[in-house]
Amino acid sequence: MPKRTDIQSVLVIGSGPIVIGQAAEFDYSGTQACRVLKAEGLRVILVNSNPATIMTDPEIADATYVEPITPEFVEKIIAKERPDTLLPTLGGQTALNTAISLHENGVLAKYGVELIGAKPEAIHKGEDRDLFKGVVEEVRRKTGHGESARSVICHTMDDVLKGVETLGGYPVVVRPSFTMGGAGSGFAHDEEELRRIAGQGLTLSPTTEVLLEESILGWKEYELELMRDKNDNVVVVCSIENFDPMGVHTGDSITVAPAMTLTDREYQILRDIGIAVIREVGVDTGGCNIQFAVDPVDGRVIVIEMNPRVSRSSALASKATGFPIAKIAAKLAVGYTLDEIPNDITQETPASFEPTLDYVVVKAPRFAFEKFPQADSTLTTTMKSVGEAMAIGRNFPEAFQKALRSLEKKGSQFTFVGEPGDKEALLRESVRPTDGRINTVMQAIRAGATPEEIFEYTKIDPWFVDQLFLIKEIADELAEAAELTGELLGEAKRHGFSDHQIAEIRGLREDVVREVRHALGIRPVYKTVDTCAAEFAARTPYFYSAYDEESEVAPREKPAVIILGSGPNRIGQGIEFDYSCVHASFALSDAGYETVMVNCNPETVSTDYDTSDRLYFEPLTLEDVLEIVHAEQQAGPVAGVIVQLGGQTPLGLSQALKDNGVPVVGTSPEAIHAAEDRGAFGRVLAEAGLPAPKHGTATTFAGAKAIADEIGYPVLVRPSYVLGGRGMEIVYDETRLAAYIAESTEISPSRPVLVDRFLDDAIEIDVDALYDGEELYLGGVMEHIEEAGIHSGDSACALPPITLGGFDIKRLRASTEAIAKGVGVRGLINIQFAMAGDILYVLEANPRASRTVPFTSKATAVPLAKAAARISLGATVAELRAEGLLPRHGDGGELPLDAPISVKEAVMPWSRFRDIQGRGVDTVLGPEMRSTGEVMGIDSVFGTAYAKSQAGAYGPLPTKGRAFISVANRDKRSMIFPARELVAHGFELLATSGTAEVLKRNGINATVVRKQSEGTGPNGEKTIVQLIHDGEVDLIVNTPYGTGGRLDGYDIRTAAVARSVPCLTTVQALAAAVQGIDALNHGDVGVRSLQEHAEHLTASRD
Amino acid sequence: MTTSTRGAAKTPAVLVLEDGRTFRGRAYGAVGETFGEAVFSTGMTGYQETLTDPSYDRQIVVATAPQIGNTGWNDEDDESGRIWVSGYVVRDPARVPSNWRAKRSLDDELERQGVVGISGIDTRALTRHLRERGSMRAGIFSGESVAAEPELLARVQAQPHMKGASLYEEVATKEAYVVPAVGEKKFTVAAVDLGIKGMTPHRMAERGIEVHVLPATATADDIYAVNPDGVFFSNGPGDPATADGPVALMTAVLERRTPLFGICFGNQILGRALGFGTYKLKYGHRGINQPVQDRTTGKVEVTAHNHGFAVDAPLDRVSDTKFGRAEVSHVCLNDDVVEGLQLLDQPAFSVQYHPEAAAGPHDAAYLFDRFVSLMEGQRA
Repeated sequence: MPKRTDIQSVLVIGSGPIVIGQAAEFDYSGTQACRVLKAEGLRVILVNSNPATIMTDPEIADATYVEPITPEFVEKIIAKERPDTLLPTLGGQTALNTAISLHENGVLAKYGVELIGAKPEAIHKGEDRDLFKGVVEEVRRKTGHGESARSVICHTMDDVLKGVETLGGYPVVVRPSFTMGGAGSGFAHDEEELRRIAGQGLTLSPTTEVLLEESILGWKEYELELMRDKNDNVVVVCSIENFDPMGVHTGDSITVAPAMTLTDREYQILRDIGIAVIREVGVDTGGCNIQFAVDPVDGRVIVIEMNPRVSRSSALASKATGFPIAKIAAKLAVGYTLDEIPNDITQETPASFEPTLDYVVVKAPRFAFEKFPQADSTLTTTMKSVGEAMAIGRNFPEAFQKALRSLEKKGSQFTFVGEPGDKEALLRESVRPTDGRINTVMQAIRAGATPEEIFEYTKIDPWFVDQLFLIKEIADELAEAAELTGELLGEAKRHGFSDHQIAEIRGLREDVVREVRHALGIRPVYKTVDTCAAEFAARTPYFYSAYDEESEVAPREKPAVIILGSGPNRIGQGIEFDYSCVHASFALSDAGYETVMVNCNPETVSTDYDTSDRLYFEPLTLEDVLEIVHAEQQAGPVAGVIVQLGGQTPLGLSQALKDNGVPVVGTSPEAIHAAEDRGAFGRVLAEAGLPAPKHGTATTFAGAKAIADEIGYPVLVRPSYVLGGRGMEIVYDETRLAAYIAESTEISPSRPVLVDRFLDDAIEIDVDALYDGEELYLGGVMEHIEEAGIHSGDSACALPPITLGGFDIKRLRASTEAIAKGVGVRGLINIQFAMAGDILYVLEANPRASRTVPFTSKATAVPLAKAAARISLGATVAELRAEGLLPRHGDGGELPLDAPISVKEAVMPWSRFRDIQGRGVDTVLGPEMRSTGEVMGIDSVFGTAYAKSQAGAYGPLPTKGRAFISVANRDKRSMIFPARELVAHGFELLATSGTAEVLKRNGINATVVRKQSEGTGPNGEKTIVQLIHDGEVDLIVNTPYGTGGRLDGYDIRTAAVARSVPCLTTVQALAAAVQGIDALNHGDVGVRSLQEHAEHLTASRD
Repeated sequence: MTTSTRGAAKTPAVLVLEDGRTFRGRAYGAVGETFGEAVFSTGMTGYQETLTDPSYDRQIVVATAPQIGNTGWNDEDDESGRIWVSGYVVRDPARVPSNWRAKRSLDDELERQGVVGISGIDTRALTRHLRERGSMRAGIFSGESVAAEPELLARVQAQPHMKGASLYEEVATKEAYVVPAVGEKKFTVAAVDLGIKGMTPHRMAERGIEVHVLPATATADDIYAVNPDGVFFSNGPGDPATADGPVALMTAVLERRTPLFGICFGNQILGRALGFGTYKLKYGHRGINQPVQDRTTGKVEVTAHNHGFAVDAPLDRVSDTKFGRAEVSHVCLNDDVVEGLQLLDQPAFSVQYHPEAAAGPHDAAYLFDRFVSLMEGQRA
């Protein structure tokens, strides 16, 4: 029974901006699914507000709507496109919730749209905790296994307090219903914690519902990925075991596939339960994941939860097994059955089987606590990691150590030198799960802890504990051996030791170890991920390294280009870079090259085995990359290695690769240095006669002080060679400067601190451009909404620029060209300018693909990353224009006047973090980037585009109601006009006394409200914070006093986050918001697909 | 919990294949030498069941899953009274077992039972070799026997082939025994042991069947002496072409139209009793992830397999046999190998794979219910 013939079109909902708990995995899944559906001949209509996705590339769907994923906007799209069906299971919780809203408000029925992939009843059964308990009971009746943790459902704080008694006391787990990534859940050990967590959970839950549960802390945790077709065939694609026992969100756990510590009997029990659950819930065509807790003492199994959709785990499972869950889910949704779908990798066997692995996969989470110093770094059932790395090895230690080095974070690899510290202290520290607990555990082992002690303190399964001991024992052998023999070195490599680690242990240089190793003939071979443990021949070259006997890399004739990806997502280096790498792969494949992708991020499109001709799932360290280059050079000609598109990770390898004789194409390592090194870059600017803010570099406090004294405070300080403004700060005085230098771990003689004059009140401008050595193609000019000083990644921006004139563009173009030429760029360059007092300062230049490349590409309908990849390999702008990859004439600097306006808005992860007292973290923007993702709003005028960007990022702007205004003194003047506009739109203004006074003097009435510090009034008048918590405020404008992140307004901003009230923290954002509100109040906001925008733009260009 | 010290397991070992390819590693389990047919098994769980499955008699089993022994050895999961594999090839053996049911380590159990193994070799390369060249004779040599290297290949090549090997008698019980029904007894089944796995009578007992397990040498009189409602022919090792005794015995059962069910070797015997041929597969089916379609319902089940031989019966039509019409009821979707037979005119059927699982998924457990229905039908 093949494909349904009654479906002609399908609406796919994406997952929107990257946020913690919902990241690039949905782009991977969605892209796969859209391609499959299109190949099946369906008209695919896509909505996703995230421009940095491959799925929103115009060729992936037939009609691509970069519009907010809200029921209102999706309804507009449905009304316009009239799709037959809606597939809601590929866009995470966002898509599922939106689809359910559209079902419940009757929109789907009104337009005759059928939900496919998961029915509303199944979604409810899977997601509603009470219904799911019923499911588990029924499953137990049928299979004799599985139960729910004892629990009570609560809707009020009274229910919650009574619930604890029912469960027999603390600790208890609190889980809010219908939230994403476990948001708002946690463990309560006493009443105070309970009130806080449950109170917040009731607020976060759209149904004001939390579940209180018995604690199963320390149990073993497992996950199964299942798929079911309409004929009720069910397969388990993958089992995953958590290295960290219960208590840590699975997204924050180190996880291992396949399950390592289950006998077949126990595994089959989980499988039986899983199959019974998917049937009972009624997921009839698609996938789901089910989480289990297993009591290590007696094997009692608790079914924790299920997600009736593709998920982060399903993406991981797909990468871990080679079984493309999302692709197959899409095929099942349109009527195929599992036995009708071929297994891509073997091509001769069907998808109705269960993958079997002859390797071990380890996933490790990547955190960003350094960006949120106030936040409590304890890992709980609320997910806090911002990315992950996956590694494959032929045994657990190899995969595990590869995963840790893939994290590419200082201290993430095990170290075996130096004093480990006090055993007892280390053991006590290892009780608390944190980022890096595993390193603490290793130090405890080095300090003499026994396996029993490690288990007692951490509850990490004894088998895993022994594997840590195995790693440590090999480190000891390495340390004690008289010489590095081939046998010992081979043994170390088979257990995942990097050359760097071995060098550290032996007191050698890494390159010396590498030389010894190569001299001894110890090099990795590459094995294939083939779904079947070599039972059948694999047709898909999806490789991982192993120190084994036989390599499976086949010889090839065509010249290969190796593209280095960007590694785990982190703040500052996210999906945008993966987008550029994927584009390079597509473009170079079209140009006749064999493309080879290297990356270790399982969430991405780049690590889909379909994306490139060959995929190496490997860490992005020098050692790992050199070995891959070697293997590919053995296989056939290598035209070059591209380091420019994956962000700072590959860029940082550029010089070392060149030094090792690797052909780095595109911008040369020397040119990269010319842009990144302050001195060298200063000379480039001086030669071109371009002004930069006064600056200097120093490696000591004395040096930095001397510079600051000369150029005057405030100064912007930051380490060199970092991404995302890591460690960047605006410093107002000498005391803070001293503290900054003392605290910074990134500064060393080879990595000096940069000290720049800070430009107050400047307009910041971002430019993306292509340069081939002769000709510049200005990709796009973005004007930031927020002023200079707020990291460009966190600032909203508009393209084309909304207040810059032709003369400004001319100056920007000339400066960009001069810099590109001076630096020696061959490919993409991103330059940040600041316009202050009519002077155009150059802030910095990055000779690589920037975070804004996908946004610029979508806003101007030009594939910049594809063009950059081609230029890297020798094509010229002129050739690319002639070919049609770039527009025949014109560029992104001279867009027609009727070109649409695109607004990019950053999305911040505030709601994920709490300080150790459990309070929210402050939401003020600064020079250090902290956003996890972005959305794009596109429309014909700025106001509407901005309103869409806000709706996509935070929820719709209010069009009426009460607005609270409290601004810093320096902002009071610029607040007056927007405030007047708000009143004109019918808003009631609330203000603290100082702001109210200024408003009144300007003829604007505002109700004075009490500050938090004033407390509740004598007649019970609420403070502003209480008003926000009680839902009586619709819009908040609160700019911080000073830029140092002081805590005035802290309670207001955290309350706004907790209640999801739009909160504007700059006056520029207020001005933009007022334009947005104006647009919303003036008639209907429409929707338009990217294809329509592009057609319009191309027509005006020609 | 103890941690074994590194270094103890550094005794060298070598695996020698009959075509001359060798793999060097370390001794695992008992030190010494062993010979058998090298086959690979792709299950990621269930090594204890695999090692004790009598169908693996005289085979050197290569585990494609690299980490083996993690859950140790317990007292419940054996499929027979001993380990049957002649040798065990793994990449990374566990140093400590971790499971609440574990009583000892796998390493210790292999040593206790004198099973020679090898660890630390490129098992994937070996698997690919066997896939491309077919299962073949092999030897594992460890400790002192490694020294006699030049002669090892000749000794491997001197071993008997699996094709033509008659092995079921050496693994089957010598004495009959009874597995009582769980709960109320509803049926009596005579089960001819050709290498039966413990889970098979257990699955029947769960359904109210009292199972009389009879030696491979049982006669029709022995079978009918227990007054059975149905007769079962088990799995077992070796080449079915050598199983003339069981084929004759099954023919006698078919002539009396007693409900009949066969698994694995039992399926091949039914095939031969019906006049079909059997043949050796290039590298067999061994694993717990094989997709089999029940052609009577169209449903796909994920199943446990362990067979090196298969029945040669037409997939596209019903065949006429001396017991009436027969058809292929189950087929492996990976390679269209016959996985089940059924007679349309009398109550007899068999499958090539393992509905009793152990190790493996429980998807095919319904076949035991089908057997029960046949017996009910016969009574009615």
